[in-house]
Amino acid sequence: MRRISKRFGATQVLRQVDLDVFAGEVHLLAGENGAGKSTLMKILAGTLTADAGVVEGSADVAVIYQELSLIPTMTVADNLFLGRMPATWGFVSMSEMARRSRELIDVDPYAHVGTLPIGARQRVEIAKAVSRNARVIVMDEPTSALTALEAAELFALIGALKSRGCGIVYITHKMEETEQIADRVTVLRDGQVVASCAAAELKRAELIRLMVGREVSEQFPLRQPVLGEERVRFPEFSVRAGEIVGLAGLRGAGASELLMSLFAAPRKAIAQGVAMLTSDRKTTGLVLSMSVTANCLMAGRRPVWRRPERERAEARGLADLLRLRAASLEMEARELSGGNQQKVALAKWIRTRPSLLLLDEPTRGIDVGAKQEIYQLMNEWSRQGMAILLISSELPELLALSDKVVVMRGGKVSAVLSKEESTPERVMEAAC
Amino acid sequence: MLRAAVALLIVILLGMAFHADGAFYKVGTHRDALRQASVYGILACGMTLVIVTGGIDLAVGSIVGFTAVCFSMMTIWWSWPWWISVPSALAIGAACGAVSGALVVWPRLQPFIATLAMMVFARGMAKTVSGGVKVSTALPTGDGTFRYVQVPELFRTIDSRILFGNLSMVTVVFLAIAAAAGVLLARHIWGRDLYAIGGNEEAARLSGLAVRRSKLLAYVACGLCAAVAGICQAAQEQQGDPEAGGGYELTAIAIVVIGGTNLMGGRGHMGLTLLGTITIGYLEKILSINAVPEAGRLMLTGVILVAAVLTQRRRRF
Ligand SMILES: Nc1ncnc2c1ncn2[C@@H]1O[C@H](COP(=O)(O)OP(=O)(O)OP(=O)(O)O)[C@@H](O)[C@H]1O
Ligand SMILES: [Mg+2]
Repeated sequence: MRRISKRFGATQVLRQVDLDVFAGEVHLLAGENGAGKSTLMKILAGTLTADAGVVEGSADVAVIYQELSLIPTMTVADNLFLGRMPATWGFVSMSEMARRSRELIDVDPYAHVGTLPIGARQRVEIAKAVSRNARVIVMDEPTSALTALEAAELFALIGALKSRGCGIVYITHKMEETEQIADRVTVLRDGQVVASCAAAELKRAELIRLMVGREVSEQFPLRQPVLGEERVRFPEFSVRAGEIVGLAGLRGAGASELLMSLFAAPRKAIAQGVAMLTSDRKTTGLVLSMSVTANCLMAGRRPVWRRPERERAEARGLADLLRLRAASLEMEARELSGGNQQKVALAKWIRTRPSLLLLDEPTRGIDVGAKQEIYQLMNEWSRQGMAILLISSELPELLALSDKVVVMRGGKVSAVLSKEESTPERVMEAAC
Repeated sequence: MLRAAVALLIVILLGMAFHADGAFYKVGTHRDALRQASVYGILACGMTLVIVTGGIDLAVGSIVGFTAVCFSMMTIWWSWPWWISVPSALAIGAACGAVSGALVVWPRLQPFIATLAMMVFARGMAKTVSGGVKVSTALPTGDGTFRYVQVPELFRTIDSRILFGNLSMVTVVFLAIAAAAGVLLARHIWGRDLYAIGGNEEAARLSGLAVRRSKLLAYVACGLCAAVAGICQAAQEQQGDPEAGGGYELTAIAIVVIGGTNLMGGRGHMGLTLLGTITIGYLEKILSINAVPEAGRLMLTGVILVAAVLTQRRRRF
């Protein structure tokens, strides 16, 4: 790609970006939320057209989109083979499709995609892109909804693809992945390339500095919890004011369901001071067709008659708190970058000042700098007496933030570990 | 907004091109265009609320017929005073809307199906209540002859004009309803919730919005608007025709769509519906002053509907 530029309305999203992808390499594309990574990849794949610049070379690109692009009302097999179904005389061979689907992925080929949890959907999306045998595969935050185990599988797959001569562009906000798989790195900031070099030449701290434009420590903030009264009680454990309790376990172990059970009747729960950030911002978190402001002010107490001035001021305050990057607060949530959408989903609940905050993957798709700020904020809130129940598939994050880790297996609590006891090994042991 | 205005502008230019020997430039033409469009416009206001939630209300035309019949009976046959007959007719419309809404909200029927059922049902009610005949000032006596009574004062008042005969009362009613519904939609928390529900119902529910109540109220408001339209229709025709309002639901939907409100829900506003109403009103008037026959008029309306919607399509990046 040569000298690519793109603007949306008044905002210049990409400025003269150059990017080369060679066969058999993993090219890491790094940058803050809203830096323009996904936009650049859409231009590479041809779903967006650049205002200026050229895309040279093969047009044979498959994309794993950050905001999943599957058709929820169709089955897994239908989605995998969309547009190239095995057919004779135009009649689709369902059994053939199911068979080939099973070869690609261990998800029921006849299940409707809309009914699958987000992790399984993500794997279908990956299988779909990989099975096209494209020369270039773009992976836009493919592991944001995967467990460590599934991510390891993906990395093995990437290794195989590389040896097949496939070029891969990889986008992630998980810093440990960057060292694991990248061969070369290009860093975008505000739509401009600020660095492009071999991965070995760039240390992690340096990479972060290039992305964010300032020093960000990757240290988790120290916690000195001050526990108050009990806020929720389960048979096996309880959550107290000022406490952060982490829920660990493989997918399907029931952690999300446990949170959901506390939020089964949203109106009542909210009135009692409970707030819940759901795991999938697109389908259950945001109203994408509404403005950022409207989304920020959706939950909790609202005046009967709207006052645009006051609403704007309030949304502005929340946006600043979470360092939201949006051209305007009046733009539709749909137009925000993935990480910034996540921040809006979080902002909505912060505003309700809950006494019990349920967080299902709060830092999904959020960049390093903003993650740090969210950690700080969680600390701050718990100091003020908020009780937090946290699910995170990033074990280091979960262990560092939690005062107590509850491990789940097969829908039941299998262990409750104190801060001292909660090592990665013990968590994995209890989870499997 | 801009594009809806462009559609209106095109229609007005069309009127200037085919002005039928200057008939288009007469004040009366404009007054009548607005008067005729007003009943549709009133329906379209309610329809906008429902469409913003991602629903649709096919029953409004039948509710017009039903309330027109009921209102005529109350006024002509029973000579009820306006302060009883008007609220009663409104209550009937609202009740019909509430039933549609309840079907959408509790058994979770699709709006298309729930309101299709209500459409058929309300038409049947209109025919049952009136005994299948028009409720007019010609009262049947027992022996097959008719006794004529005066047109009720209330009908004349509703169908009168103000501002030295330059503005119909019905148009005033329409503008008032459009203004009220517009303010509710844009500024009241309920209106905001309707957008959220139309945009992503699950996210709205999880944000603690009263999804069921808000949706139900949208259908009630739509039924209420249909009742107002029914009252106006009865007054204009000076009778309660059980067949009144047939097909009006489609015109109302067409108005909302021409305005540019998205049928998928979550987008659009009352200003667009206002422009859509005026556009449709002028279109019909221009065709009629140019004496375009019914058949051609229908065909042209279809073409213009598609053209208007195509020009309004949002440009996608
Ligand atoms: N359709 C659109 N209309 C207007 N602005 C848009 C649109 N799509 C993207 N943008 C803007 O372009 C910028 C870059 O977005 P992009 O999705 O490429 O970011 P990103 O680097 O992928 O971020 P993230 O890490 O959060 O996914 C953002 O500021 C976003 O608000
Ligand atoms: Mg992105």
